[in-house]
This record gives sequence, C-alpha cells and structure tokens, in this order.
Amino acid sequence: MRQAIHVTVNGAEHGYEVEPRLLLVHFLRDVLGLTGTHIGCDTGQCGACTVLLDGRAVKSCMVLAVQADGAKISTVEGLATKGELHPIQQAFWEKHGLQCGFCTPGVMMATVCLLADNPTPTDEQIREQLEGNLCRCTGYQNIVAAVRTAGERMRASAAAPAGVPAQARAE
Amino acid sequence: MAVTRLFGSSVKRREDPRLITGRAMYTDDVKLPGMAYMAILRSPYAHARITRLDTSRASKQPGVLAVYTGKDIDGKLNPMPCAWLPKDSDLKVPPYRALALDTVRFTGDGVAAVVATSAYIAHDALDLIDVDYEQLPVVTEQTAAVAAGAPQLHEDAPGNQAMHWRLGGGDVDSAFRDAEVVVRQRIVQQRLVPNAMETRGTVAQWDPGMGELTMYNTSQNPHIARFISSVVTGIPENKIRVIARDVGGGFGSKIPVYPGDMLTAFAARELDRPVKWVETRRENFVATIHGRDHVQEVELAARKDGTVTGLRVKAWANLGAYLSMAAPGVPTWLFGTMVTGCYTIPNFAVDVFGVFTNTTPVDAYRGAGRPEAAFLIERMMDLLAVELKMDPVDLRRKNFISKDAFPYTAASTLQYDSGDYDMTLDKALEAVDYKALRREQEEGRKQGRYLGIGLSTYVEVCGLGPSAAAGAMGFQGGLWEPATVRVLATGKALVYTGTNPHGQGEETTFAQIVGEELGLPIEDIEVIHGDTAQISMGWGTYGSRTTAVGGSAIILAARKVRDKASKLAAHLLEAAPEDIVFDQGRFSVKGSPARAKTIQDIALMANVAWDMPEGMAPGLEESHFYDPVNFTFPFGAHICVVDVDADTGEVHIRRYVAVDDCGLVINPMIVDGQVHGGVAQGIGQALYEGAIYDEGGQLITGSMMDYTVPNSTQIPTIETIRTETPSPVNPLGLKGVGETGTIASTEAVVNAVADALAPFGIHHLEMPMTPERVWRTIEDAKRQSGTTPATPGR
Repeated sequence: MRQAIHVTVNGAEHGYEVEPRLLLVHFLRDVLGLTGTHIGCDTGQCGACTVLLDGRAVKSCMVLAVQADGAKISTVEGLATKGELHPIQQAFWEKHGLQCGFCTPGVMMATVCLLADNPTPTDEQIREQLEGNLCRCTGYQNIVAAVRTAGERMRASAAAPAGVPAQARAE
Repeated sequence: MAVTRLFGSSVKRREDPRLITGRAMYTDDVKLPGMAYMAILRSPYAHARITRLDTSRASKQPGVLAVYTGKDIDGKLNPMPCAWLPKDSDLKVPPYRALALDTVRFTGDGVAAVVATSAYIAHDALDLIDVDYEQLPVVTEQTAAVAAGAPQLHEDAPGNQAMHWRLGGGDVDSAFRDAEVVVRQRIVQQRLVPNAMETRGTVAQWDPGMGELTMYNTSQNPHIARFISSVVTGIPENKIRVIARDVGGGFGSKIPVYPGDMLTAFAARELDRPVKWVETRRENFVATIHGRDHVQEVELAARKDGTVTGLRVKAWANLGAYLSMAAPGVPTWLFGTMVTGCYTIPNFAVDVFGVFTNTTPVDAYRGAGRPEAAFLIERMMDLLAVELKMDPVDLRRKNFISKDAFPYTAASTLQYDSGDYDMTLDKALEAVDYKALRREQEEGRKQGRYLGIGLSTYVEVCGLGPSAAAGAMGFQGGLWEPATVRVLATGKALVYTGTNPHGQGEETTFAQIVGEELGLPIEDIEVIHGDTAQISMGWGTYGSRTTAVGGSAIILAARKVRDKASKLAAHLLEAAPEDIVFDQGRFSVKGSPARAKTIQDIALMANVAWDMPEGMAPGLEESHFYDPVNFTFPFGAHICVVDVDADTGEVHIRRYVAVDDCGLVINPMIVDGQVHGGVAQGIGQALYEGAIYDEGGQLITGSMMDYTVPNSTQIPTIETIRTETPSPVNPLGLKGVGETGTIASTEAVVNAVADALAPFGIHHLEMPMTPERVWRTIEDAKRQSGTTPATPGR
C-alpha cells in the first residue's frame, strides 16, 4: 500500500514510504516537520502552502507526495542561507509585507518563482502573478512593495560583483 | 548608550524574523507525543431532527480511538455560554451544545466527533457514521424569520426573536414631525465571512496527575478562552492554561470559544492523550462565526438648509442559529451608540431586533457594529445631499461636531474624546483635488463617462473600554488590562501584556513604548503575550483596544519602573532624588552629567540588591492594572474615486485616499499597514464579498473563490495620510487603528458608485456591487425612467 519516495528538500535528501494519498503539504509538515509551509484552505485557492517543486511554484495541497518523487523541493525554511536572510525575506520585513504572517511563506515562495521568471516586474505584473496567493491582512500593497524591492536588490547584487546575469542567479 | 527616539518611528517589526523564516508556532504547528486527531461531523442540513445516529461502523475502524455524539457529552460538557447579555433586552439564550442532542439548526452544526491516530483516519471515519435526518422547514433571512408562520428554531424564542433592544436620545418623534425634509432608505448589510488565513483549531493536553488542561488555541483572547473553557468543561479556571502564541489573523472570528475547542479538550481528558483539531476551510466557512447581516430601515430628518435634526433606525440583525459568545453586543451597543456618527444629531432612536435563523452564528467581524453604523449614517448623508441638491461636502461640514466642542457628549450619551473633522476632510479633499474632480465628472457625464466621488467622514468608538461601561452594557467581563515590566539583572526586559496581538505588531509597538520610557535598546525588550500561565490576566485583542488599553497599562508600569530606578540611582549617586535627570537610559545628577548610572547599572543593582536605599524592595519589576476612564474615538475622512463602466457595470477604483487620525502614532509603518488591511476588507464588502444561502440553508458561497476573498488584483493602492489628535483619556494620547479602515471604507466605495450613477437616477446600491448587480441596477433605472442618459447632463 505504501509507496517509496525520494525527495530533496532544501538540499537534504529524504527517503520515505508514504500512503499514495498523502498530500505533499502533509508530507512536509507532518513527516519532515517543516511547519513553515501553512495550510490555509486545503483546496488550492489560497496559496499559503506554496513551495517550489523543481523550481516551479506549486500549491503543495494540490500535489500528492508520491508525485514529488525524485523532485527537488524548496520551502520557506530553505530560503535563508547560513543564517543570512534571502533578499525576499529582507524586503518583506523592511516593507511590512506581512502582518499575521500566515500567508507569508507561500507568498514569498511564489515570489521566488515570479522574480526568476521576470526579474523586472511592474507592480501590475506583481499583482497578476500573486493573485493565487490570498492575504487577508495587508491589502497587498506592502506585499507588492516588498516584491518590487526584492527584485531590485536581487538584480543589483546579481549584476554588481561578477557580472552574473540576474536570470542565471535567480535559477 | 545613545538610543534614538523610538516613539513615532517606523521600527521594523520584532515578530517578523520568526514569521518570515517559517519558525512561527501557530496552533497547527504544535505536535505533542502521542497526539491524536479529531474531526467533526457536521450537519449537511440547515434544520433537521436526528432520527438515527449510529457510530458503530466508525468506531470499529482501525485507528479510531473514540466517537462522540451529543448524547455522549450531555451532562459532561455544559452548553456554550453567551457572554454579552444586554440589560433590559429580553434576550433569549437557547442552549448551544457542542454537539446537537436531537435537532440541528444550521448547516455545519456539530453532530459527532471522531478521534483517531491520524487526521486522515479521523476524516475517513466521518463517512462511516450513519445519520438519518428528518428535515424541518428552513428560514435563513431575518425579516422572513420574524414573519408570521416562519419556521421556529427554538421553543423559548417565539417568533425567532432573540431580543429587542432600544437606544435613543432627544425627542425623535418631534424631530420628524417638524422636519422640512425626510429621506428614507432600506439598507442591507450583507453577511460576511471573516476568512482569517489560518483556520481555527485547538491542541488539548490533559495532565491527569495535576488535573490540568493545556490548550493551544487560535485565540485573540486566551484568558477569556480560559474562563469560558472552565465554564463549559467544569475544570477549575486555575487548572487551565491557554496558549495562543502565533495566530494567523482573527478579525473577530477568534474571539469566541467554539464547540470544536471544547470537544478537543473533552476528548483529551477522556482519552488521556493530546488531541489536535484543526478546521478545514470548508468547515471554517460554516462553523466559524460570520459578521454583519443587518436589514435596516433608516429615516433621516432635516431642515432645508441641511441641518440634520433626527435619525430613526430599525434594524433586524441576523444572529444565526445560536448566540455566539459576544453576539448580542455587536448589533446593540457597538452599533446603536454610533449611528449619529460625527454629526450633531440631537434626536435619534434605534430599535434592534436580534433574530434566530438557520444559519451560522453571527458575531464580531472587524469593526463589529460600527461599520454597520458608519455605513448607515454616511449613506444617509449622501441621500440627503441628493435630496437637497447640496454638495455632500457642504452637508457634512454643516453638521460636523465642531472641533471646539470636545469632549463632546453625543445624544447617545457617549463622550467623544477629541476630534477635528473639518481638518481631516480638508486633507482628503486636497489630496484628491476635489474641485477638479467635480469638474471632470461634469465634463465626463456629457460624454457618457461616469466618474464617482465617494466620501466617508467617520468616527468610531474603540479602545474598549471602561470596565464599568462594560458592566453597564451587559458584557460579562471587564475591559481593563494588566501589564508587567520586569528588567532583569543583565538589563534585558520582559514585558507582559494581557492583550494578544496576532498581526497587529504590538510585540514591536509595546517594545517601542518601553524602550522609549526606560532608554533600553528595543532589541533588549521581549514582549510576552498569549499564555495564561505567564500573564496574570487579560481581556485580549479586539475592538482596537490593544494599544490604547494594553499600551496604556504598559506605559504606566514602565513609569513605575523608571521611578524606582531613578530613586535607586539617586541613592547610588548619593544625590537627592529630585536632582536626578533621566535621558535615554542614563540617570545623572543635575549639573554634573558625568555622575551617572545607566538603566543597566540600576537593573543589576536592583536585582542583586547589595546596596538598596532603606525601605526599597529588591528587583526591578512593576505591574499596572489599567482601567480606561473612557473609550477613544478615532476619526478621519476617506475618499474613493471610481470610474463606472455603464455598459458592463464594472467599477474601477481610480484612487483611494484615507486620512486617519488614530491619536498619537507609535509606529507609522504599522499604522499604515492596519489602514491598508482594513480598507481592503471594507472594499471587499463593497465590491466582492457576501455569504449567500440558498432556500434550503446551504451556504453556496462556501469557498474562498465562491465567496471572493479579494486577491491582489482586486485591491487598489491605498494612499494614507496620518493626522495626530491626541486622546485626552489615556497617558500616551492613543486611540487605536485596527478597525478604522474597515469602518470608513465600505460607504466611501458605495457612495462613489452611487455618485457616479446619479445621472441614471440611481442613488443607492446593494452590496456587493458586482458588475452584474451594477449593470442590472443601471438597466432597471433606464427602464423605469424610459430614457437612456448616454449624454445625461445634470
């Protein structure tokens, strides 16, 4: 009945046997203990559970853990490296892009994908790209500001030292 | 030890690092050894008798630990209490059981609970519970529920009337008899679903040795949760600990204690193992409280010159199937007292009928009663302006309480603390260039373009509140707050508050208050909330009271700390106490600044107590129990500018300007954020949101998409302007900002759309103003007038 899966989560490899019906979000939260990924609606509407699956933003309540077999998964816990906040985290903090914080991990993971696809989004593009991530606290204004700021900084830091193209760095 | 000024600066939030790294602790993140999981079977019918309930198949399922029904808990869990009992209101409180005994009264009413070794097994087992229902007639709308022959919900509430409550002032009948002009409007405040992003849940743990219950709970007010849990479970209050550290939004929906919370506690004790219950979103839609849902008949009396002389309101408030914890207070005291708004209306009368229907219980949702009041009066002012052919700005100015009149005792007997309504209106008008907009509107109308300008000049009552007033209003509790400020030997401080911020940022603003007062770096201050074992008491976070009341308690405790520290400094510096000067964490002797002790020096000495002045107790810790002397009254002016496409009915918000005066501002960034979020919810009500029941009592807008929780493309940029008129009623001049945006915004949007469509003869619209509804309203108006005002003129 159980099925073996191997996944790489935030750089660490894991092998588990799971029920075929186990949702990826429950695998992350309950099996791996990565509770930074939240469940807001369990029906793919709110985006609180957004993680990256092989670099693409997915709603992890809409993916079975077995579907993620062999994949690389990134969650909010993997955003900061060596205690250094990711520019997206920095920008959300500075721009007051969160209040209760429940939707925030999902919004930030969606932002990683958004900025990788389009390092220079307009505010309108940011709003369009994040329409699948609901937030009940902020009215989105400071989320948009945070994404804009993060994008600017990621471009600057990608361009500055070694001339690495922003696109390559984002990936 | 230079400390920059903290009060008034946009300090980055101290709660954020754990929230942005995924290290927060929301209730669903709690995992205890041996933890079991509970799921609740909810009624699929809005009104039915349970004729058979067989749990045997579910019980036999591997992994199922227990199945409970209403009969199993009968006598073991008391009914859910109602904690707001307005006096002189003939309120009926029918029993609200955690699980129905024989009759279900709304879709989502609890029927049984399953506890299992995993959440998946628990949810599976719900399908194995066999229930036969005998369906009963259903009524979901309040005016239908009070009509003769309507289905009855409760034996002891004839006509489904939960209460009739009145408030009045002056002589409203004379005002209407003598009125030169009267405008009337039926207003529907549609039902809203709070939709905090985190659904509700509880993890309960029973310690049989100590006889103690620990509940991790998604609560805005853990001490109230402790008290109510004691009443329902019978466990003594001092044997219950409630922890609510990180809470994912509440907006009022996490004030009440719910059946699910109590069932979790019950199961944990019965099974002697930890039990977790977390709602699904679908469950949240039907089983967590809803908000608003009024039908109002409103009449405004005035003279031809625009002087408003009287206001008469009849409101039918849908309370749902049972009384939620604070439900009766919302459409009564929190609504009726504020219907006259920021105007000198000497005569008013409010009649409120609370009505039971076969719907989810209704309770406080952001603003709670005050949005219903502000919408009503602001809408009526615009209707009067239309009737008198006056500019709505001029009409408002004519009736404003003047800034010299404060403190102003309104006809409601509330005493408004401070205000300057012309000033905030001026700023808003200037920001949008009102005159230019009116010119553009006139030009546009000739070309079939419909620009609308919507005003909302609002005032709200918040900072709840004096405990004596709470008692007078029938609130079954106090509204004071305690605070403790403790400075440790290392100079680090702990600040304890009985409020429970859950997104509003008070871990930061409270640290700013204490840092400013004691000259401590903000990173050395830890604000502790959300744990009844650590905090003596508290009434929680709602009613925009956290900073105004909780923050006042904190500053007064901090002042005591500074006072003691100053005396200790005088002793150590061998100076007279009156010669000690304090500046940014340094106590020095007047005239000789080099003779000084830092607050850290003092903290160390106070904690080791080697050299204390005679009679001074060791330690550097002070508490203050603060009971406000009055409510506070934030105010402001919001202007919404819309373009309405008359062909499609689409409303486009071109600009939204919010001028808000919430008293003195501690952290401008946080204040603006509160306004953004509040306005977004108000716009949500105006344009998108609404709970809709079908005839059978099914909630057909039962998901975030069907209901339309606004997304990032649906909320415009909000331009915020802050003004600061201190409140004289508390030590820091604070008022509160958690609800202003919601209270002010809905009517600004509706007024804007009505203004845009005035050429069609449209002066009022129902909410939400979806394109379809706007289009239909326009088409109806065209049919009625028999004209098509493509180039209407005015």
